[in-house]
Amino acid sequence: MGMTLAEKILARASGRETVAPDQVVVARVDLALSHENADLVRKSFQEIGVARVWDPEKIVIILDHRVPAESEKTATTHKAIREFVREQGIRHFYDVGRGGICHQVLAENGYVQPGMVVVGTDSHTTTHGAFGAFAAGIGATEMAGVWTEGELWFKTPATMRIEVDGEFAEWVSAKDLILYIIGQLGADGADYRAVEFDGPAIHRLSVASRMVLANLSMEMGAKVAFTPVEEIAPDAGARYERVIRIDASREVAEPQIACPHAVDNVKPLSALGHVPVEQAVLGSCTNGRLEDFEIAARILAGCRIHERTRLIVIPASQRIYLEAMRLGYIQTMVEAGAMVNPPGCGPCVGVHQGILAAGETCVSSTNRNFLGRMGSKDSRVYLASPAVVAASAVAGRIAHPAEVTA
Amino acid sequence: MSEQAMKLRGRVAVVLADNVDTDLIYPGRYLNITDREKTAEHLFELAYPEIRAALQPGDIILGGKNFGCGSSREQAAAAVKFSGVGAVVAKSFARIFFRNSINLGLPVVTAPAVQARAGDELEIDLLAGRIVNLTTGAVFDAAPLDPRAVELLEAGGLIPYLKFRIQKSEVRIQKAEGGSQNEDPSDEMQAILNSDF
Repeated sequence: MGMTLAEKILARASGRETVAPDQVVVARVDLALSHENADLVRKSFQEIGVARVWDPEKIVIILDHRVPAESEKTATTHKAIREFVREQGIRHFYDVGRGGICHQVLAENGYVQPGMVVVGTDSHTTTHGAFGAFAAGIGATEMAGVWTEGELWFKTPATMRIEVDGEFAEWVSAKDLILYIIGQLGADGADYRAVEFDGPAIHRLSVASRMVLANLSMEMGAKVAFTPVEEIAPDAGARYERVIRIDASREVAEPQIACPHAVDNVKPLSALGHVPVEQAVLGSCTNGRLEDFEIAARILAGCRIHERTRLIVIPASQRIYLEAMRLGYIQTMVEAGAMVNPPGCGPCVGVHQGILAAGETCVSSTNRNFLGRMGSKDSRVYLASPAVVAASAVAGRIAHPAEVTA
Repeated sequence: MSEQAMKLRGRVAVVLADNVDTDLIYPGRYLNITDREKTAEHLFELAYPEIRAALQPGDIILGGKNFGCGSSREQAAAAVKFSGVGAVVAKSFARIFFRNSINLGLPVVTAPAVQARAGDELEIDLLAGRIVNLTTGAVFDAAPLDPRAVELLEAGGLIPYLKFRIQKSEVRIQKAEGGSQNEDPSDEMQAILNSDF
């Protein structure tokens, strides 16, 4: 019987010929990713009482959620992690100013290979399905188990296939496509499932855009999500629980917006009405890459950001920061009035670098708009594409890029 | 541990809507708290601070669909457990929250048809997958827990489970192989890596 990508990878990692949905297997882990919560993992690991991690070469730790340290408490956490990686011989450690957002740094440095089992103590670990890996988010204690044994149990997920055809309209991007899909399927539409994206429209997307699809699949509950790679493909006779076909040119004809306070509360931009914004955020593991900055800079070139709006820009990594400087995107955005934050998660997790006050509204290229996510419980976050974020910063309200680029 | 230990009883403290996310359960701003017991101080802090104040030991939280969606933060499950909650029953769970709960020894029970109101007394049989609403007399099916999840709950969570297995030498502690990770990427992968991030 043919297997899907998730089934193929789990079969290999558990030493079996085949696996089927709902089958529980113990899989060998190829790569284990953590960020600041490595300190929580470390505590659990030390409680288990093992002296050494199973394989220091397979553990990657990247500080991104609170960089540079915003409090003494975080500074202490960072210090404890530095001491731990030294003591355990974990070489793949990216400190403040050396890396950026964990998913971006993992991808940029070639850690992820097709067919790998990757686990990360971050829900957006699904991002690495863009490189053909079975990549899932797990909790800290579970990661302590991985650090101990190098393996983890998985229930083999059923797979949902999403085939996308059609051309993207001008100003419509992968972000709009995945928001549309999440709006259609709901926040639990892919819960416990693997998702395989395919079809002509997906094949035309850049790597960065494919990462957006895999990344945000988490917001419909996906355990793992894949976009196509050359090295590994589902079998011809693979069985899918569900096949969804989307014509991007017809169904996603305009930018899509996830309205407060749920990622599946999605509306086409034209249905939104007048939404003034005090803050616009361009960044995150979802949309802080070069192509995102390129389109934002194109919209912002020669413009001034609206006087009542602030634009916060956060490159996803040091490498993107440098490239964006070299290409002039950073200069264009700063000249327009943007503030640039250091590479990292920025205000997305509601910790620092752009927290919202009660009554404020933000349009953001990030991935979650839950109540209180970016600050006050009485603030609102609208999720949108980088192009819409840039256009909205100029207009002072949620706006279509065509409105500001006559 | 006996089968009896996999039965529990408690009062429904609160009935919540669908899609209760991890930020509602435990706000991101407190993620630098790594002491599990202390996470309880911030349970539902932003939206429903009154829940925590009203909780009694052994109480049950009743959720809707997709309980615990969002982040992988283990503090969300820890905050529930260390507030004294005996179990979470929901129509469905987001997968990471579900696993985190089991790994911390917090019983989580999936029961799509369950009906109860705040104050009702429930009896839950985790192995049989059965919930009795002792107040109304109604009986509901629950998804029986996977045997591995049962083992973890019986042990009190993943940490005591692994400790026990290490004592019995069931866990192979592998030695580092060294240099095994970064094989040279294929040409295709190299092309991807050199492309437009």
